Amino acid sequence: MTDTVMDATSSAVPAPSSLLASRRLPRWTPLAVAVIAIGVAVGIGAGAGLSSHIQWGLIALALFVLGNYAVTARVEGRRQAKDKVATSLVWSAFILAVLPLYSLIETTIKKGAGVVNGTFLTHSMNNVLTIEPGGGVYHAIIGTLEQVGIAGAIATPIGIFTAIYLVEYGKGRLATVVTFFVDVMTGIPSIVSGLFILSLWFVLLGHAPHSGFPGSLALAILMTPIVVRSTEEMLKLVPNELREASLALGVPKWRTITKVVVPTAIGGITTGVMLALARIAGESAPIALLVFGSNVINTNPFSGPQSSLPYYIYEQYVSGSTASYSRAWGAALVLIAFVMILNLLARAIAWWKAPKHSGR
Amino acid sequence: MAKRIDVSGLSAFYGNHKAIDDISMTVEPGSVTAFIGPSGCGKSTFLRTLNRMHEVTPGGRVEGKVLLDDENLYAANVDPVTVRRTVGMVFQRPNPFPTMSIYDNVAAGLRLNGIRKKGELDSIVEKSLKGANLWNEVKDRLNKPGSGLSGGQQQRLCIARATAVEPEVLLMDEPCSALDPISTLAIEDLIGELKSRFTIVIVTHNMQQAARVSDRTAFFNLAAVGQPGKLIEIDDTERIFSNPSVQATEDYISGRFG
Repeated sequence: MTDTVMDATSSAVPAPSSLLASRRLPRWTPLAVAVIAIGVAVGIGAGAGLSSHIQWGLIALALFVLGNYAVTARVEGRRQAKDKVATSLVWSAFILAVLPLYSLIETTIKKGAGVVNGTFLTHSMNNVLTIEPGGGVYHAIIGTLEQVGIAGAIATPIGIFTAIYLVEYGKGRLATVVTFFVDVMTGIPSIVSGLFILSLWFVLLGHAPHSGFPGSLALAILMTPIVVRSTEEMLKLVPNELREASLALGVPKWRTITKVVVPTAIGGITTGVMLALARIAGESAPIALLVFGSNVINTNPFSGPQSSLPYYIYEQYVSGSTASYSRAWGAALVLIAFVMILNLLARAIAWWKAPKHSGR
Repeated sequence: MAKRIDVSGLSAFYGNHKAIDDISMTVEPGSVTAFIGPSGCGKSTFLRTLNRMHEVTPGGRVEGKVLLDDENLYAANVDPVTVRRTVGMVFQRPNPFPTMSIYDNVAAGLRLNGIRKKGELDSIVEKSLKGANLWNEVKDRLNKPGSGLSGGQQQRLCIARATAVEPEVLLMDEPCSALDPISTLAIEDLIGELKSRFTIVIVTHNMQQAARVSDRTAFFNLAAVGQPGKLIEIDDTERIFSNPSVQATEDYISGRFG
């Protein structure tokens, strides 16, 4: 089999003048194959009357992979064809992964952008009937910012110090136990962390919580293990040589950690914290249990119910009117934008704080 | 300034594994002593016991005595941090702090030890960089990152950083093994200049280098893989390279080893 193909290829090449050169496809071939595959898939789909465009896309992907293989095998040889198949599979997987994300953002923008305006961002739902248009997310933005902010203020130092302990000091049983519990905590569902704080409130204070702060505590429980894990990984990336260089200068261990190890890893640590913040900003279960939700602006997280963006989305969704559906989409857009900004901020800080290698 | 090192009956362990066995030697003040020997014979481990860096390695443990002008580094009331301020170290691979500028790298040891006056720092940084023959190359870009320098410059930066805290002894663990011949020559010249101010101990795999830079040479060897390394002999460099008293040394130096 191999031989025939090799023969076919070598006979197709007229009098090989060079030992190394062989027939190559032009660089645009995969693109052309993709265009043809999409065209054929649309033809098949329309012809066979397939209603779902997802089916069209899957046919196109299959045709793309097969087409690439066939064309490359014919012109370049079997080894190159296998290489092309692997490459096109990777590309297909990439497209499959990105499409839902793209569709999600597109839908949210399409349905939400019409609602989001100055009024929406600066007004609460106070005295707005759920079936009426109008009102806004201001109270929910305040709630999310405060609850996530407090949760971050609690979880970030705990998480970073735990990671420093695990990487720089931890050995023996305590470190193993801490690592184990961090792993377990990573898997805690958000509703369980909410229930934990709820029962804590009943046991310690004898009444149900209904303010932003207990919500923050539940979010902090969710955030801490994420911060520990990411910080741990970043600290492990700091070369041991730097620690030794600092210790050998007669610098005490704690100063080595604060002045050499942490600054070297600070970009990655900040990114991890930002991503953890983005992750907890989307939690609604603890908020529903502990913060209760509210239609009015409450800037005090320590007293009285508050709202938050994810909870607001849920609330508007269950209201079930056209106006509230639009508000839910609008709030979803605001939440996505908030998370996106946190991510961009994380990138910017990571880039800005990265160890410099320029200046030569 | 420079101090004498007296080692007696020193053994070092990694966990239960004995890496070097019962080493005794004297390093004269203001001299350059070279450690040579095959890989894994414990030269670097022994070097790291001289400023208590060995115990930084997990499981690292030392038995025996190291006297620095009659003071035992391993006495119960000695703080390893103080030892390392007195006995500086330069590593095999140049390791400037990546987040710091050239200036900050040299000032790191001082700053981290509490000297903060700008004028004082400026003069020490300049003096150390001049001492490391690096001043002319970097004086216009002291605020650029240290990791932007070439390998040889980075190593001289590390030497400047180590000498800025004014140690008594300078330990060098194969300082030229990652460098090209020209940078190596620069470092070797530097060692010749530094020995008036510091006692220098250098580990090297390059026997010509040992012959060029050192006053005395110690030859380490191990009986077999997994066995602890031992000091075979220490003598004037000239004698070690011309007429060593132990056959194994001559075999190693002349390349007849193994």
